[in-house]
Amino acid sequence: MLCQICGEQQATVHYTEIANNKAVELHLCEDCARKKEIIDQSGNFSMADLVKGLAGFIGTEDEEENLKCDNCGLLFSDFRKTGRFGCSRCYKAFQTELEPLIKRIHGSTKHVGSVVPPKHAKEVQTLSKIEKLKIEMEKAVQREAFERAAELRDQIRKLEKRIKK
Amino acid sequence: MSVDKLVGQIAGWLQKEGPLSDIVVSSRVRLARNYDLIPFPHRANKEQLREVISKTEKAIKNSNYLKNTLIINMSDLTDIDIQFLVEKHLISQEFGKPKSERILVVSDGEIISIMVNEEDHLRLQCIQSGLQLLDSWRLINQATLELESQVEFAFSKTCGYLTSCPTNVGTGMRASVLIHLPALVITKQIGKVLQAVAKLGIAVRGLYGEGTEAYGNFFQISNQVTLGYSEEDIINNIESVVKQVVGYEENARTLMMKEDKKVIEDKIWRAYGVLLNVRIIDFQETLNLLSLLRLGIGLKMIGKIDRILVNRMFIITQPAYLQKLEGRKLEPYERDIARANLIRENLERRGK
Repeated sequence: MLCQICGEQQATVHYTEIANNKAVELHLCEDCARKKEIIDQSGNFSMADLVKGLAGFIGTEDEEENLKCDNCGLLFSDFRKTGRFGCSRCYKAFQTELEPLIKRIHGSTKHVGSVVPPKHAKEVQTLSKIEKLKIEMEKAVQREAFERAAELRDQIRKLEKRIKK
Repeated sequence: MSVDKLVGQIAGWLQKEGPLSDIVVSSRVRLARNYDLIPFPHRANKEQLREVISKTEKAIKNSNYLKNTLIINMSDLTDIDIQFLVEKHLISQEFGKPKSERILVVSDGEIISIMVNEEDHLRLQCIQSGLQLLDSWRLINQATLELESQVEFAFSKTCGYLTSCPTNVGTGMRASVLIHLPALVITKQIGKVLQAVAKLGIAVRGLYGEGTEAYGNFFQISNQVTLGYSEEDIINNIESVVKQVVGYEENARTLMMKEDKKVIEDKIWRAYGVLLNVRIIDFQETLNLLSLLRLGIGLKMIGKIDRILVNRMFIITQPAYLQKLEGRKLEPYERDIARANLIRENLERRGK
């Protein structure tokens, strides 16, 4: 297969980006991949550059540029330049802006890992239960089982209250 | 110096064979963890980096999994020491860059190791032979949870474990398999296979060299996505892809032997012959010849040599490893001679 950009050299870098459940495929030769910053100089996939590229798509408004993490002082514009966070609290500080980026990278924005810090175990369990109930509620609404939906809504509210405490 | 303890030692994963080890060399699972509030290493000052180290060292002292570990201060090392650790698969190239306040923790048998202050505060890895991702994950997870009972890692209920780069957030887990695919390369099917795998959102790259031109025909298969799936799901996904690729390689081997038996036999026996008699050899040629020898063992053509020995030779014939074995710095030409000697010694000893 030939490179999709230059159409001259053999494509040896095969990269698939999955965003919103749609896969976009790229088959490139080493040179073009390097130019597109998909791989770095040594030929390895350059995740940092990839993220930088993706991060470049989001948050172009001035307000967002000046967003700052209270804990480490990183500006959102710094993150856009480097693709790296300053500290764990940056995730909270840039939460809204980050969502589309994380979705682009992982196709999801919700952690469903089975490993959870001991401290959060209960809460995470409750959260995933809420997620399940929400899906069930939507289904109930769709089939016009409104009583069942209301029941589910109350259950969700109860669980949500428990978390906030 | 502490690194010297690792020179004579053979890593656990190079001492025995695991499932599918005819084709799968090793399985590795890495977890990324960070402390809350302390800036990530690239933005932290010396004091903060030291805090990361002391917190980690304290937790390790009280851990059962990591009790008898070797702790290496990276700034004590020479360039050769650092490259030696890279060649041993214990650290990343990135971790070898000259930066202060970095330590490496290596468990007994080199099964578990921790890079402290790489891209994340902690990068914990477990490496085992053959296809053993789930088992490797369980091991590293247990060791990590044990640390976590003493320290608190940055975690958010929605995003999971928080990491310096958003590509690692969530599980913080990268599971990768090192796989040897000579028949797919020889029969020129490798491009197709790599493309198919890439479609599944899984990364493949050559271990040495680039793209489909991987020297020694070694490839690394690993997950891209770390969020939105459980650890077990990610691992099952990779394992099933790896098993498929193993199937393709097996088919290619059968086909190759049916259609070109003499040509393949000739290639493999020539490679063996060269390795037995070589006097000067660089690492790239070594890789290619050992790769053929490894294939010959898999095809039951060469019975005298043990695959474990060949796996080990891939590691110990690398430039820095050679120099550590010799105990001194060698010029490239001297290295090529030392490498040839080492290869002959190893093969002659076992081949008799």
